Amino acid sequence: MSIFSTLREKPWIQHPLPAGGSVDEEVADPQAAARLALRFVLAIVGVLFFLFIITFLSRSQYPDFEALSGAPWQPFTDASRLWFNTGVLAVASLAMQISLVSARRQRLNAAVVGLSAAVFFTIGFLLAQYELWLHLQSMGFYMNSNPANSYFYLLTAVHGLHLVGGLLVLAHVVFRIWYDEELATLAGPLQLCAVYWHFLFGVWLVLFALLTSTPETINALAALCGF
Amino acid sequence: MQHVAIADRPDELHDPQTFITKYIWSQDHKVIAIQYGGTAIFVGLVALVLSGLMRLQLGFPDTFDFIDPNAYLQFVTMHGMIMVIYLLTALLLGGFGNYLIPLMCGARDMVFPFMNMLSYWVYLLSVIVLLASFFVPGGPTGAGWTLYPPQAILQGTPGYDWGIILMLVSLAIFIVAFTMGGLNYVTTVLQARTRGMTLMRMPLTIWGIFTATVLGLLAFPALLVSAIMMMLDKLAGTSFFMPALVSLGENLEYTGGSPVLFQHLFWFFGHPEVYIVALPAFGMVSDVLATHARKNIFGYRMMVWAIVAIGGLSFIVWAHHMYVSGMHPAFGFFFATTTLIIAVPTAIKVYNWILTLWQGNIHLTVPMLFAIGFIFTFTHGGLTGLFLGNVTIDLPLSDTYFVVAHFHMVMGVSPIMVLFAAIYHWYPLMTGRMFNVALGKAHFWFTFLGTYAIYLPMHYLGFLGVPRRYFAMGSTDFIPESAQSLNASITVSALIVGASQLIFLYNVIWSLRNGEKCERNPWGATSLEWQTEHVPPHHGNWGAELPTVHRWAYDFSVPGVEQDFIPQNHPVTAEEQTGGEEGEKA
Repeated sequence: MSIFSTLREKPWIQHPLPAGGSVDEEVADPQAAARLALRFVLAIVGVLFFLFIITFLSRSQYPDFEALSGAPWQPFTDASRLWFNTGVLAVASLAMQISLVSARRQRLNAAVVGLSAAVFFTIGFLLAQYELWLHLQSMGFYMNSNPANSYFYLLTAVHGLHLVGGLLVLAHVVFRIWYDEELATLAGPLQLCAVYWHFLFGVWLVLFALLTSTPETINALAALCGF
Repeated sequence: MQHVAIADRPDELHDPQTFITKYIWSQDHKVIAIQYGGTAIFVGLVALVLSGLMRLQLGFPDTFDFIDPNAYLQFVTMHGMIMVIYLLTALLLGGFGNYLIPLMCGARDMVFPFMNMLSYWVYLLSVIVLLASFFVPGGPTGAGWTLYPPQAILQGTPGYDWGIILMLVSLAIFIVAFTMGGLNYVTTVLQARTRGMTLMRMPLTIWGIFTATVLGLLAFPALLVSAIMMMLDKLAGTSFFMPALVSLGENLEYTGGSPVLFQHLFWFFGHPEVYIVALPAFGMVSDVLATHARKNIFGYRMMVWAIVAIGGLSFIVWAHHMYVSGMHPAFGFFFATTTLIIAVPTAIKVYNWILTLWQGNIHLTVPMLFAIGFIFTFTHGGLTGLFLGNVTIDLPLSDTYFVVAHFHMVMGVSPIMVLFAAIYHWYPLMTGRMFNVALGKAHFWFTFLGTYAIYLPMHYLGFLGVPRRYFAMGSTDFIPESAQSLNASITVSALIVGASQLIFLYNVIWSLRNGEKCERNPWGATSLEWQTEHVPPHHGNWGAELPTVHRWAYDFSVPGVEQDFIPQNHPVTAEEQTGGEEGEKA
């Protein structure tokens, strides 16, 4: 691996520079820094959710924890509402990808339509999640009545906040391109946004699976983690 | 790996025009660094005063009416949190990271200057929120810097109402600030190095700051997670960490949460945090030692590997802070083992520093004094860490002053020694003037000897069994009365050390105007930051063209070369080239 060969270099031995070029010749790409930063952002967000999930599994092993699925009276035994919301977010992610592909092919109208659809469905997902909160509360599943409920509200809120953050960055990118640059340069930043959207969709799938798991599944996962 | 947008198109630089854009809403990494540094030092002085107040109470109990048990606990908590997060982390990474990364890598600025500016202002907001807790009803939290639930949010703990909330909010804001800054540091190191600056030609300072930033980016989320969940326990009545309990005769509504879970999360952040502070210090002290001993750093590659290894290992030692927490005893064995393993790369670094000094042409300048002082304090603090890393020794000592002495030596005094070394070392670059050397030396001796006068006896208090965190000892049979005399002497030393920091402040401020104007590169350093066209470097750092790097950062006293240092941007001569090839064959 290149990192190991890098770390094995002996910098005290003099090597003249190769004529006329940089030592680490890499195609100059103004997006490179942003792409790298995005990788770090994804790693940080990944760690954040990983830690939340670990605490969820640990907390699930205490006797007062009642999973939200598995028994007929639990709200996610029938998870059709969540499936619907997941579908909405999937469409948002798909629209983002379509927009990206169109922008790459310089079909800018299609790109703008795709982007608008992505924003529309993302906001739709957020509203649907909020509606689900209200629904749960109307059924008496309050945030503090059980740790499983607490985790449901907490994880959906944190996930939603990350989507809101994504929307703000997207708005910033679109405005900047609209006013300062050519619409034709949309593909570069849009690619980063699309990766972020897909990533958050992936995170949602994991959360969805976790929150609708039966007690048996949760116990098995917790046992795997040593809790 | 150049970042073309910044490196080759200086016209894209956001050239500041007005006073406000130049010094206040500045996007220049050097100005941001000084803003970070100034704020961190200010808030650090607040924490220093708090420690003085604590010592007054411990040294002379029943003397000061305004220090009651609640106030004492609040001083302890705020002192700890401010020093670890808002001073050390902010000054080492926000201050020195910002100043040195672009200059040492040969970049014009950070890759995302606007985000960098935002990082400082968000950090300032976190400091304001934190300090605001002194003025709210009930005062700041007194839960101890680790903020353990359930007591942190229960009635009876000072600041359980407003203080703890402001603390958690402030931490969350700080984490946002750090993440924005940290993303800049890592991307700048990886993307904006100038031509010829390979990773293995970077000065160790950059390696230390880079690795610490990666640690911070991955460890701070754990603190954020625990802060959010504790805030919900406090405000929304959830029971993530709060067990079912009875408080003041009343059954609370909490059910079966796990306080130990909080401790795991906290220390999963807290232990890497030790290295977030230590690694930049390791890097900077390496550069100061090599420069002032006029000798290449001993075992450069080993130093880099050690930094990376320590960074990796720091994520699997956290529970050695929790031997007495009631976690599964089998964990203790695992974490004791990893703790002892992490001592290996750390010891390699200490040996390499000493071997760098060995047969060097040691100049006992002020930065060098502090750097050598660091080797002493760090070795002492590190060795007591080996004791405490073992479960059986930690159990009886954990709640005593032995631990206080240990972590102050290793994590308080040692990074502070490096910070002073670094400030004195880079002061001529930052200001273009030399500080007053006599005052600098006086500051060193007061600080160095003074800290020993504080912390060596404290180890002994720990052996006696004097418990930490206590407001007053009361009457305990097993602690002799002479312990109180020792405590009083520690307090006197602490007050002297605290007051002697005024020498430093005076020196730094006085020299800004009255210090001797110094020549360029007064220490004869090799790294790029000293090779700028102007001192202090102007906006954009380099003139029309970026420097090109031809060698590593440690070409000191090269045989056959008249000058005892060769800057990184000097081309390789023919003789060096043949010498180098022979070396490669050998």
